Amino acid sequence: MWKWLHPYAKADRAYQLCNTLLPYFAVVTVVCMVVGWVWGLAYAPADYQQKDSYRIIFIHVPSAILSMGAYSSMAIAAVVALVWQLRNAELAVIAIAPVGACVTAIALITGAAWGKPMWGAWWVWDARLTSELILLFLYLGVLSLYHAFEDKKAAGRAASILAIVGVINLPIIHFSVEWWNTLHQGATITKFDTKAIDPSMFWPLMLNIVAFAAFVGTVTLIRLKNEILQREKHRPWVRQLLNRG
Amino acid sequence: MQFDSFSDFIAMGGYGFYVWLSFGTCALILLGILFSSLNDTKRILTSVQQQADREQRIKQAKQESQV
Repeated sequence: MWKWLHPYAKADRAYQLCNTLLPYFAVVTVVCMVVGWVWGLAYAPADYQQKDSYRIIFIHVPSAILSMGAYSSMAIAAVVALVWQLRNAELAVIAIAPVGACVTAIALITGAAWGKPMWGAWWVWDARLTSELILLFLYLGVLSLYHAFEDKKAAGRAASILAIVGVINLPIIHFSVEWWNTLHQGATITKFDTKAIDPSMFWPLMLNIVAFAAFVGTVTLIRLKNEILQREKHRPWVRQLLNRG
Repeated sequence: MQFDSFSDFIAMGGYGFYVWLSFGTCALILLGILFSSLNDTKRILTSVQQQADREQRIKQAKQESQV
């Protein structure tokens, strides 16, 4: 496996890999998101209690899951960056962070727009909501820490360490609805034993989760390409890239 | 289709404002990060091209001054 992975430590090979993967991620994103949104908005049945307001679930749950998923990927990249001193992994940390922050912001905003009609308040200082807000600040913290250093080597190391320390927030978010009395409802789809959601709502939701995951992948690849180009812009292979295209 | 007419679809059973607020900001943020990332690619490639052109001009000027 190491033999197979090793070439991708080189910037130009990693760049090519991004280019190869990008179209697949993009296609999956577009197809799943278009179908998922139309299905969720127009064809899924209305909820017996929340009526049509529950349709926010089709973006709220995917963005919330991906806000944590993107953070996990960022933390894994940070571990790789620190342990094996791979520069590309550092760049991956910085490529994921803004995308993760956007997805987290979506989870918070859609949650507020759902909370207003259902709970009667845009925001409450509830365990789930507060820990998710801290996740947003962690993403922003990683980004600003990286940009605060002139020396990009030190910047990458500091940002990676913060990313890893922040992982402690993930179980807190996940279990917040069990550990504390909270307004936020408990897990719906991550409980496999009991069916808490009807298939007619489950499948469009799954599709939207895939769409969000593919979107995070797509934009991360674009941003990773950017970071690689930015750091390698004086290298000959980048010049050759221009001549070809 | 769960809705009888287009206006029913927009109204979302009275929850239209909240539903469309969510989906609207979601679309806005997703498109925002996507296009800003694509724009970065273009900006970086342009600056690389400019740098290459500049080095080419310097090389040319040096050669001409030697002649």
